[in-house]
Amino acid sequence: MTQHYNLPDERGHFGPYGGKFVAETLMGPIQELEEAYLRYMQDPEFLTELDADLQHYVGRPSPLYHAERWSRHLGGAQLYLKREDLNHTGAHKVNNTIGQALLAKRMGKTRIIAETGAGQHGVATATVAARLGLECVVYMGAVDVARQSLNVYRMKLLGAKVVAVESGSKTLKDALNEALRDWVTNVDNTFYIIGTVAGPHPYPAMVRDFQTVIGREAKEQCLTMTGRLPDALVACVGGGSNAIGLFYPFIDDASVKMYGVEAAGDGVETGRHSAPLCAGRPGVLHGNRTYLIEDDDGEIIETHSISAGLDYPGVGPEHAWLKDAGRAEYVNITDDEALRGFHDLTEMEGIIPALESSHAIAYTTKLAPTMPKDSIIIINLSGRGDKDIMTLAQREGIEL
Amino acid sequence: MSRLAAKFEELSKSGRKALIPFLTAGDPHPNFTVPMMHAMVEAGVDIIELGVPFSDPMADGPVIQKASERALAHKMSLRKVLNAVAEFRKKDDQTPVVLMGYLNPIEAMGYEDFANAAQRVEIDGVLTVDLPPEEADFCVSLLKERGIDPIFLLAPNSNEERIRKMDAAGSGYIYYVSLKGVTGAGHLNTADVEERLKLIRANTRLPIGIGFGVKDAETAKTVANLGDGVVVGSALISKIEANLDNPEQACSEIVDLLKAMRAAMDE
Repeated sequence: MTQHYNLPDERGHFGPYGGKFVAETLMGPIQELEEAYLRYMQDPEFLTELDADLQHYVGRPSPLYHAERWSRHLGGAQLYLKREDLNHTGAHKVNNTIGQALLAKRMGKTRIIAETGAGQHGVATATVAARLGLECVVYMGAVDVARQSLNVYRMKLLGAKVVAVESGSKTLKDALNEALRDWVTNVDNTFYIIGTVAGPHPYPAMVRDFQTVIGREAKEQCLTMTGRLPDALVACVGGGSNAIGLFYPFIDDASVKMYGVEAAGDGVETGRHSAPLCAGRPGVLHGNRTYLIEDDDGEIIETHSISAGLDYPGVGPEHAWLKDAGRAEYVNITDDEALRGFHDLTEMEGIIPALESSHAIAYTTKLAPTMPKDSIIIINLSGRGDKDIMTLAQREGIEL
Repeated sequence: MSRLAAKFEELSKSGRKALIPFLTAGDPHPNFTVPMMHAMVEAGVDIIELGVPFSDPMADGPVIQKASERALAHKMSLRKVLNAVAEFRKKDDQTPVVLMGYLNPIEAMGYEDFANAAQRVEIDGVLTVDLPPEEADFCVSLLKERGIDPIFLLAPNSNEERIRKMDAAGSGYIYYVSLKGVTGAGHLNTADVEERLKLIRANTRLPIGIGFGVKDAETAKTVANLGDGVVVGSALISKIEANLDNPEQACSEIVDLLKAMRAAMDE
């Protein structure tokens, strides 16, 4: 890729991926959103307000932390953690919800809806809705409601209405379906804050743009701390918003390798996984063309991961493109490996990572020893693990 | 002339409107579908929209979602829907059949394979809910080359530019979704629909089928007065849902409702 990277095109395509595959009722609202997004991303006043919120409300910049003990333990590359877990609400999700909520306000929308898997995006949305005094409805699969009860309660405390979605597999994909149905019905006053780089154009590009603050900061911090660019980036990929946020500012830096870590669940070979880039094929779902986990007839298959935030059968279309173009490499980590990563970081650095981020941690434990001691890996620590303590205790047979 | 165009021309000459029922193929059981289609024709329908079940029916309300889930539980698939149409055609080579569904099953089968198969079993139209004309060039030409009409949806918030896009890309008829929302929702506002239809008519000469909110003979009659065809879906599927242990009863209730609609529309 010698040319300057400049995707998506004006139709929202990343090569064959992306696009606007939605019912007619949503074409108008998507057009309206696209116009607002293009306008305000060039608007100095909007950008100033966004920056101020990221600084004073979210707590940015998030630190880039040199995990020395962990690096020594693995005996290879120097490991730097981008501490998105330290953001307000405990994950990278808020970078995007702040941005979209400001857009909603500019567009005169009074009602916010969102889908959520692990509940992190739901919490981040409920948070900004509370702050701006907007009505907020969060759709969450009934299965996820059960396994993330803490986040459900947090959203309710923040004044959001949480709707447990009982259709289909009752997880993130069904929550997205239900949110789309709500949006189709209430397009006039409602803004749909999608939490990841999926959905119809302009969402994949817009969510990416709001999340690239991660990569921009990391690049600057790395240069300041080490005097050079990292050799590799590692981030977990469900829909892929934290990963694209870290990767994007480095795409033109050919020397920087990028690893997106998908959830292998019980193992990709078992069929019980959430790894469309590793084991899926291209198709169309939720408004865009991308890699999907589906059967021969094109029906979406239920996914599996210990991490609710990665439990999704699709992936952002830009990742699909980066995979095909060979610019990023997509790998996978099983539930068991992720749990070992979780314990490693907790015990060695005193940082409790989210189960999602633990996939990136676990892959790093494989990658780092293969690299020289003076090389640098930046790992996106996309969220903190407090929300996962119950899941973990249950899995390890501990009663609290 | 396509079977759909001929049908609308014939109806127009006799001053009648098309009655277009929707049925999810494979619901409640794959064996139900073809006999139900024949019974619908006997009840006086003009065109059948046959729903291809999909795991993630984003534009459908609970009634059709559950119909899809029931059909998928019996391993219904796009290929099996095509087989059902082939079966239907053994006894009926007159009634136009339109497949209605989502893009991914077609994408998974392969566009060309699908278009060839659809032509082979004499499918007349294909309506793909999540394929707007902006993304449809390739699919539209494959269908049109084979004499199959690509049918597009128009919504209450579609502007003039979009109506012209549908007019250019589509053929057969245009399906006007009379409500913002999912299938099976809400109530029709006749005045609103009338107003929108003026704008649509000014920008396309294609016949207009109107759906969403058609629940009984009375709404069917009202809608028939506004457009060229009346699409009824959730109201029929509800009969299946209410009689899961007795598909024959479901079939006869559907036939009764369609007959009542037909009579009201022809009054």
